[in-house]
Amino acid sequence: MQGFRHSAALLSLTAAVLLITGLSLAVFWAPEDADQGISQKIFYVHVPVALTSYAAFFWAAWKALRLLWKGGSRYDLESYTAVHMGVIFGALTLVTGSIWAKVSWGHWWVWSERQLTLFLILFLFYSAYFMLRYSTDPGPRRERTSAVYAIFGVVLIPVSFLAIRLAEGLIHPVVFKRDGPDMEGSMFLTFCVCLAAMLALAGSLYLLELSGKRADASLRELRERLA
Amino acid sequence: MSTGEKYLWAAYLVVFATVLVYVVLIALKVGRLERELTALAELTREREGGHG
Repeated sequence: MQGFRHSAALLSLTAAVLLITGLSLAVFWAPEDADQGISQKIFYVHVPVALTSYAAFFWAAWKALRLLWKGGSRYDLESYTAVHMGVIFGALTLVTGSIWAKVSWGHWWVWSERQLTLFLILFLFYSAYFMLRYSTDPGPRRERTSAVYAIFGVVLIPVSFLAIRLAEGLIHPVVFKRDGPDMEGSMFLTFCVCLAAMLALAGSLYLLELSGKRADASLRELRERLA
Repeated sequence: MSTGEKYLWAAYLVVFATVLVYVVLIALKVGRLERELTALAELTREREGGHG
């Protein structure tokens, strides 16, 4: 438990330093995009947040796989917490994306864009995870059902990620191409710092949430024993 | 401030406000857990006192 607290504290500190550095680099150092102007700087928040939500869903699926493979309630709690993080970062992706769409396209949402619609489907799929979870009584059955659901959701991630490249009518910009990132070195460095910041932030929030959920479960067990 | 700048700050603000609200919620949860732990510890002490 002591090691867990140290990891959480260290990760939180790293996240804070990286967030301040990333924001400073994005605002003061990275150049403005020639086409989009200053609104392009939303990219430094929007894309790292989206990639972090993908990472959280992958982590949830990995923990779910371990649950099905080895068993153990700890994996269920870890998978559940990761889905929790993924949904929060997914909601932020949709909101920041909509803000960027409004300033760039003049619309908050464009239904014809497959990338957007597929991300919305992914977000709604994982939001439904909570309904599934809380409609079943706690126990091994709920753990297994939630695990299978979390694994199924991961299939949507590559589809969502590749949709932009498969789309015929491209409106959503493509920055990462086969021959590397289509941006200046300073922009790419800023993006990397912001991505590291978001991953560290999600990691520290994950550890905090997980310790809260574990403490809650232990207290519930104690209350039942003392009742 | 240009329109682009307003939208940029709105996007950054949404992210930081969400994180802030989330941290406050976690802090409230920790506070509730601490209160429950204190109540349980008190209950345990009372029971031990009753037996002794």
